[in-house]
Amino acid sequence: MSIALIASEGTIANRQPQVDSPLAIRGLTVSYGQKPAVFSVDMTVQPGAMTAVIGPNGAGKSTLLKAALGIVKPLSGQVQVFGAPLDRQRARIAYVPQRASIDWDFPTRVIDVVLMGLYRQLGLLGRVRAVHRARALECLDRVGMRDFAERQIGQLSGGQQQRVFLARALAQDADLYLLDEPFAGVDAATEKAIIGVLKSLRAEGRTVVVVHHDLATVRDYFDNVFLINTSKVAEGPVATTFTAETLQATYGGRLATAQVDQLAAAALA
Amino acid sequence: MLGDALLLQLGYNATLVAIGATLLGIAAGSTGTFLFLRKRALVSDAISHATLPGVCLAFIVMVMLGGDGRNLVGLLLGSAISAWIGLVCLSWLVRHTRLAEDAAIGAVLSVFFGFGIVLLTVIQTMGSGRQAGLEGFLLGSTAGMLWADAMVIAIGGAVTLALILLLRRPMTLVAFDPEYAQARGLPVARIDLAMMGLVMAVTVVGLKIVGLILIVALLIIPPVTARFWTERSDQVVLLAGIVGGLSGFVGAAVSASAPNLPTGPIIVLVSFGCFTVSLLLAPGRGALAALLRHLRFQKRVHLRQGLLALAQGQPIYEALTLRLLRRAGLARADGVATDMGRARAAKALRDERRWQVVRSDQAHEAAAALYDGLRDIETVLTRDQIAEVDRAIGSPEGVPA
Repeated sequence: MSIALIASEGTIANRQPQVDSPLAIRGLTVSYGQKPAVFSVDMTVQPGAMTAVIGPNGAGKSTLLKAALGIVKPLSGQVQVFGAPLDRQRARIAYVPQRASIDWDFPTRVIDVVLMGLYRQLGLLGRVRAVHRARALECLDRVGMRDFAERQIGQLSGGQQQRVFLARALAQDADLYLLDEPFAGVDAATEKAIIGVLKSLRAEGRTVVVVHHDLATVRDYFDNVFLINTSKVAEGPVATTFTAETLQATYGGRLATAQVDQLAAAALA
Repeated sequence: MLGDALLLQLGYNATLVAIGATLLGIAAGSTGTFLFLRKRALVSDAISHATLPGVCLAFIVMVMLGGDGRNLVGLLLGSAISAWIGLVCLSWLVRHTRLAEDAAIGAVLSVFFGFGIVLLTVIQTMGSGRQAGLEGFLLGSTAGMLWADAMVIAIGGAVTLALILLLRRPMTLVAFDPEYAQARGLPVARIDLAMMGLVMAVTVVGLKIVGLILIVALLIIPPVTARFWTERSDQVVLLAGIVGGLSGFVGAAVSASAPNLPTGPIIVLVSFGCFTVSLLLAPGRGALAALLRHLRFQKRVHLRQGLLALAQGQPIYEALTLRLLRRAGLARADGVATDMGRARAAKALRDERRWQVVRSDQAHEAAAALYDGLRDIETVLTRDQIAEVDRAIGSPEGVPA
């Protein structure tokens, strides 16, 4: 793991959790059956920045995110959110899952999905009041989906569904946003809308972590990269860490043809 | 006779049964909705079949303790305990083995039910007359229903409904997006367990009226029926409760209106009637509406293709296309276009050329995505944009104006 040493400010130093890091992961291992999907990963997310989690298919990107959120149970390792255990900071985290994990024929409208983001405010018995509806509509407006509020979610295109998920996360008014492949299979208009919202979140001082697959846009969109292939390969600012060398180390022999092209383009950039 | 039954004029027992069945239907329909939304409908079948050994063991224990083996509260308590054990077995199998849920359901259901049947036979040999009609729990038996029995059902149903009101939001969230719910810190496993607990309560309460074999119908048919009519989960819950309650009431009344009609199966058939009507007639999701939509769409496709063929002077071989064109006054019987037909055909061809331009131009990406061969270009582009497209086509092509 020589690359890992090049990339970060030293693994040993990173073992000390920074108190103010929005998401600090230490020695995280997750396995499905006997094969680790994520092995002994350390991660320190910089506050107020946009970080891309990058790696080949099956490299454990989504698993890393899910383990950070407690959706899958890790074999070992600790997760600290803003310097405290995950369970005490739930209200400060918003998660945008992959679109494919949902049954889009579920009987619910766009606005109902966004109102799920206000779950904590609504409580068990609280009624949905005008103030909640207004807040939900405002979030839909930010992703350009206000006109779709009353539609059944199955009537939306893939990109629109993704934007609704982002609106639900916005409704949570969180400090740390974790998104799993928000740009996968969406149209250009959606990609533009989503990146616009993410950049405005950053401008508000919030932290954004995105599982990302498109190497060509990394430089345009992100401040930091986290390269993973089961174990961490490198972590740091895009300018110094997103290099042909680290990419080669991340993707190795597992590159798909399309990724080879992207890799070449990215390395040239 | 049926009129009397519907107006609760058939006597004390029939009235008790009707009220009990209505309450049970409401509770079962609304509880079943969450099961249906969570896509775990068949788990209820495993739970209900797992009640039988509990009923039998409770009977045996009560008789051995010198009590009345037929005490309903005791029997239901026994059924609840064994249903719970069945549920625990089921979730253990799913979580800790490679068995898929459907296989695990099959295993738990058949083993518990088989064990229950064995116990039933044992009870039969314990001394005649004391058997107390435990087979009644298989398909329900309402003949000897007592006031106390009705009270058990009423209280059970009311508690179930109150819990649904309390848990509807987390249960909906977990059903829709369990990973998101987990990420927000909701206790997903415990919410699922609570849902199963509700299903179990409904099952146990419904043993007397519908019986353990058919209770799954009362849990699943109402939400499936309700789903045809609405796109909102809260309304599905409400409608499913109404459908369930209605089925319970009408079914109980019908079975009381003639001798020897079994209550449980009639209730199930009534709810199936509601389902059939919804399947056929519901707007939007119903079969008839879908058929009409398909026919309308087919007509549009044929008309459009016919017009394009007319515009390009191609012969039309398809009888349906020709018939539609003729009926719309666009072509004569021999396939020659009328004046109106020629005008519409020219417009169709021009629009097709415009679409070609739009679809090859990156600037019109959003509009191009809407192309389906049928849509009028005026619905996606402004008049100015169309004029611009027309300039791109240019007149040399000889596009008829």
